[in-house]
Amino acid sequence: MIPRHLLIGVAALLVLVVAMGIYLRHMRREAGELESPAADALPVAPPASGPTETVTLYVADDAAGMLRARSAQIPLPGGRQQRAEELLRALLRIYQQPGAAHPLAPAADIRSIYLVAPGAAVIDLNAAFADQHRSGILSEQLTVNSLVETLAVNVPGIQRVNILVEGKARDTLAGHADLSETFDVTTVEQAGSQ
Amino acid sequence: MPSITTPTTLTKKALAILLATLTLLSAAPSADEKHISVFSPVAIYTLPVLDRGGHEYIGLLELLEPLGRVSSQSDGRRWKLRYNAIDAEFVAGKTRARIRGRDFDFMAPFLIENSRGLVPLSSLTGFLPRFLGSPVNFRESARRLFIGDVGIQISFQLDASNPPRLALNFSAPVNPAISTEPGRLRMVFKRDPVVSPGSQSISFDNKVITHASYSENNGDAELDVAANQSLMASFSNDRKTIMISTIMVPATPSGVGTGPQNPAQAPPAANMASSNVNVNVNAHRILAVVDPAHGGDERGAALTDTLAEKNVTLGFARLLRHELEIRGFAVALLRDGDSSLTLDQRAAAANVARAGIYISLHAVSQGSGARVYTALLPVEGTSEGIFHAWNAAQAPALPVSRIVSAAIVAEMQKRAFPVRASSASLRPLNNVFMPAVAVELAPGADGVADLISANYQQRAASAIADAVVSVRDRLGVQP
Repeated sequence: MIPRHLLIGVAALLVLVVAMGIYLRHMRREAGELESPAADALPVAPPASGPTETVTLYVADDAAGMLRARSAQIPLPGGRQQRAEELLRALLRIYQQPGAAHPLAPAADIRSIYLVAPGAAVIDLNAAFADQHRSGILSEQLTVNSLVETLAVNVPGIQRVNILVEGKARDTLAGHADLSETFDVTTVEQAGSQ
Repeated sequence: MPSITTPTTLTKKALAILLATLTLLSAAPSADEKHISVFSPVAIYTLPVLDRGGHEYIGLLELLEPLGRVSSQSDGRRWKLRYNAIDAEFVAGKTRARIRGRDFDFMAPFLIENSRGLVPLSSLTGFLPRFLGSPVNFRESARRLFIGDVGIQISFQLDASNPPRLALNFSAPVNPAISTEPGRLRMVFKRDPVVSPGSQSISFDNKVITHASYSENNGDAELDVAANQSLMASFSNDRKTIMISTIMVPATPSGVGTGPQNPAQAPPAANMASSNVNVNVNAHRILAVVDPAHGGDERGAALTDTLAEKNVTLGFARLLRHELEIRGFAVALLRDGDSSLTLDQRAAAANVARAGIYISLHAVSQGSGARVYTALLPVEGTSEGIFHAWNAAQAPALPVSRIVSAAIVAEMQKRAFPVRASSASLRPLNNVFMPAVAVELAPGADGVADLISANYQQRAASAIADAVVSVRDRLGVQP
């Protein structure tokens, strides 16, 4: 005859093992959910919640050789700098869709945007953006114009824009479009309307 | 009733005019606005400097923003700032602030303007290390702030052979604005953390290139090289070396064409020892400089797995040279082989030769037909007197460049080329002072194979040459 206290002890241990198993499974599921975004090579999505705003994106079309203004509803954070970054990331997502009229590399991203002085903005691109960009005057210039015009029309007061790659000045985007100088927003807009 | 002008009203009027003049003068943007240049491993930027109460001030938020995560909060006269995990609190009108839990005394009172916190420049060296955790080097008289070990060292190496050449070797790539005048070559480093070579003046034991001087002012560093001949500069070694040489003027021009020779009217020719660019022209014909883009290690776009843009542009340039020559132009190719030229060398060669027109040739595998580009000028650098900023040397000639572009478009359309004119920030278009265009040839109906088709290139070259002929009267040598 098995002593009663031993039966109770074994039963308690069994309950504990089952409970631990359920808890372990729960923890693994949570860990999996946390890991999946990091494995994604695409830029981080903007905040899904919060109020959305209507913005105008200047989207490049290689075949037509021009920019097309497109309205979009995107969630934007409160800070001016963060708004500018999310704005250009929304533009990049259009270029990273399959069959885009002006394709950019899936890993292309905006590292940061600095609003450094009154009227001046600095766009810092990641290395993949420039290294994997298609080489050609038209393609590169459309990219530059698209970034500059989208930023200028949605972030009031920007008159001059510099473009860096990985925080450093770079001669050209992909062999043609000059990145070493400061872009004058009015001049770029006039060129876009030609 | 007639108005009576008394001495009192005259005085009032004079005062009003004086006040209006002063107001206008103070409202006009200063050509030499004060600014500070900040050089750090993560960002290089400039910020405006404000004069308040006899002291120079700078926005603290703007200063720290490119260096890390920063936020501020204004509460009446109190202004709180958080940089990364460091908290600081300032009070408007007070010289004492609390940074990282400790008091700090500024040399002048902290100010708040439109919710912006302003700190005196004279205190940067003292309080910035508390935020950044590392020492900073601030040259207050020159307004140049170095954060971390970012300084670029210069060394000089003179090759005293005839003609002499001076190599300026830098410890990191540089990109100065370069301007020349007889006997002087001036380099202004706006975005390069170049530091003094040790002495403000460096003498060379040479009769041609005599000395160099270094100075710093308003955030910029400047290096002047003096000589008793005209100088030119070219980059090499991934922009870590600037080679300064004299400009050679040949006694007699070697005629590209067959017209009469007139040495007295011959434009000077460029002779770049480092690049083998030779531009010799006949004085009685308009010189067209044709520039096959890319070359050497710089292959340009990969048009196919085996076809590089540099090869297509060279073949296209040779055809265009022929087409222009048979129409009476003197033509100089900036490269007639697989050689490497910097963009500055290309611009300098065209400028020194005083060409009537500059045509840059490119090729691309996407799209169809061709596109013709004129310069999209950047924010212009500092111009001095008759000297235009290097980055906007094209500005005076841009209207004629657009006329040339329109003529090329018209001629290409006659030959059924899909073509369009546009502007591009494409160097060296903005660095040449004569009418300048870039033509980007794209595939035709037969795809990329067209780009190496002699017939296709011939049609395009013929269209460009006819267009240049049609605007020949507009292609005078620019001042």
